[in-house]
Amino acid sequence: MSARRIFARPARLAAIMPYVWMVLFFLVPFGFVLKISLSQTAIAQPPYEPVFDLTQGWEALKAAFAALSVDNFRLLASDDIYMFAYVRSLTVAVTATALLLLIGYPIAYGMARLPTRWQAVAMVLVIVPFWTSFLIRIYAWINILQHDGLLNQILLALHLVSQPVVWLSTDSAMYIGIVYSYLPFMILPLYATLAKMEPVLEEAASDLGAPPWQVFWLVTFPLSLPGVGAGVLLCFIPIVGEFVIPDLLAGSNSLMIGQTLWLEFFTNKDWPVASAAAIVLLVVLLAPLLLYERLQKRQLEQGR
Amino acid sequence: MRKISRLSRFNIASLTLGLAFLYLPILILVIYSFNASRLVTVWGGWSLRWYQELFSDRAMIEAAWMSLRVAISSATIATLLGTLAAVALSRGERFRGRTLFSGMLYAPLVMPEVIAGLSLLLLFVALNAERGFWTVTIAHTTLTMCFVAVVVQSRLGSLDRSLEEAAMDLGCDPVRAFLAVTLPLIVPAIVAGWMLAFTLSLDDLVIASFTTGPGSATLPIRIYSEVRLGVKPEINAICTLVIGLIAVVIVIASLASKLSSSQGESAAPL
Repeated sequence: MSARRIFARPARLAAIMPYVWMVLFFLVPFGFVLKISLSQTAIAQPPYEPVFDLTQGWEALKAAFAALSVDNFRLLASDDIYMFAYVRSLTVAVTATALLLLIGYPIAYGMARLPTRWQAVAMVLVIVPFWTSFLIRIYAWINILQHDGLLNQILLALHLVSQPVVWLSTDSAMYIGIVYSYLPFMILPLYATLAKMEPVLEEAASDLGAPPWQVFWLVTFPLSLPGVGAGVLLCFIPIVGEFVIPDLLAGSNSLMIGQTLWLEFFTNKDWPVASAAAIVLLVVLLAPLLLYERLQKRQLEQGR
Repeated sequence: MRKISRLSRFNIASLTLGLAFLYLPILILVIYSFNASRLVTVWGGWSLRWYQELFSDRAMIEAAWMSLRVAISSATIATLLGTLAAVALSRGERFRGRTLFSGMLYAPLVMPEVIAGLSLLLLFVALNAERGFWTVTIAHTTLTMCFVAVVVQSRLGSLDRSLEEAAMDLGCDPVRAFLAVTLPLIVPAIVAGWMLAFTLSLDDLVIASFTTGPGSATLPIRIYSEVRLGVKPEINAICTLVIGLIAVVIVIASLASKLSSSQGESAAPL
């Protein structure tokens, strides 16, 4: 038996503890979300009718199954608020991801072209903001965007506007916040593929007479598609369910799904509807999630 | 040399603008935390006034203490579990339930936090667990161990496996080969994983809001409720302190990784 295979046996045993933990605290909780999304709202603590109680035997279980209800999902489908919230979440996520790609690509491209020694420095500089608190970064923008904030002061001083512009509680503020918070997630996978690319390929194309935009469009961009895919998924999926940024920066007249879920849960105390909203959100995100997992797996386990 | 000439003016401009965009807002926040004026936008000279007011805010101090305790305990448990998971995935070859295992580990990296928070809360309610320090710690461990696993797994993937195989050919059993050869080499990744878990936990608002109980707010929950009421100089001050703490953590992490990677290099020829 090879050393590699002998090594594998105790290594497999290492999976036991994290496995049990993830089943208990990641997988099982989804069962509860599903269960409660199918139960009736009740004014009680906790605020839902229990669906099954295994201690009461088979008859009770059958009765419980009969009482399962899809009312919460019917409510989600019939009430415009929820439909709008899902549509808005997807629109915001698509727009923001496109913006992130447009802004992140030139930065990643610039990084990949730096001398090697400077590339490491640039990478640290991009990662560090990711380590600083998310909430603090959004708060920093509230400082800047508020009525008498720095941005308006600058615009007024330059006579670009005659009176302060309303930034807070607008979609522009929300997009600024999202792009700002997610930019490192877009840049890093893009940079990783661009840095691995052979510069010879681009040189060959330009030696053969291609103008720079054609070199980029026919050689560089197609070769960077794996990075584009990873960056897009890494941003798109969490943005769909984003709560903090739209809550603090966007107006309250149109909500994203993360906000409606939060409202149902914390303000209306309607746990079953909140759970149903979470299930629908999960279903919407299932395809991109699975795609992301395959990419992640390939990236971490390549060369095995 | 060629590489320098490849850097066009457009590249330099996009890099400069990009980094300015990433850093200016934080810089402005830090500067304004030392502003003497109560009006957040009017500069009234340098002052430590808001830091003094901050330290007399008991609720804020208690929230910060709670957050620190949660971050340290959850990062520690998450580092242990995440490292084990990474070892199993990168060295365990094939085993039953492997796909489910890696699926469960990679999903939380992108899963919207509202879903994770809600589902954990429903579990805690069903178990009738008293909500507070431990429920938040468990929730944060679940999220952050996935990040630790990815960081450690990518380090394990780039290691030369012939090192541990050589140790075994020389008579080490697998556990000793791991402890004597593999573990020292992945220490930088483990340290980085702990630091990442620590900052993620310190930062989290959504999951903590769902899983905490009355009377045990974490720092982000406290900051969030203040921020909703508008900009206040005290918030600038607490944010600056958090940024300072994280900066110290990053410096320690990079020093630790530098130290152990130079050790690793000097140990390798032996």
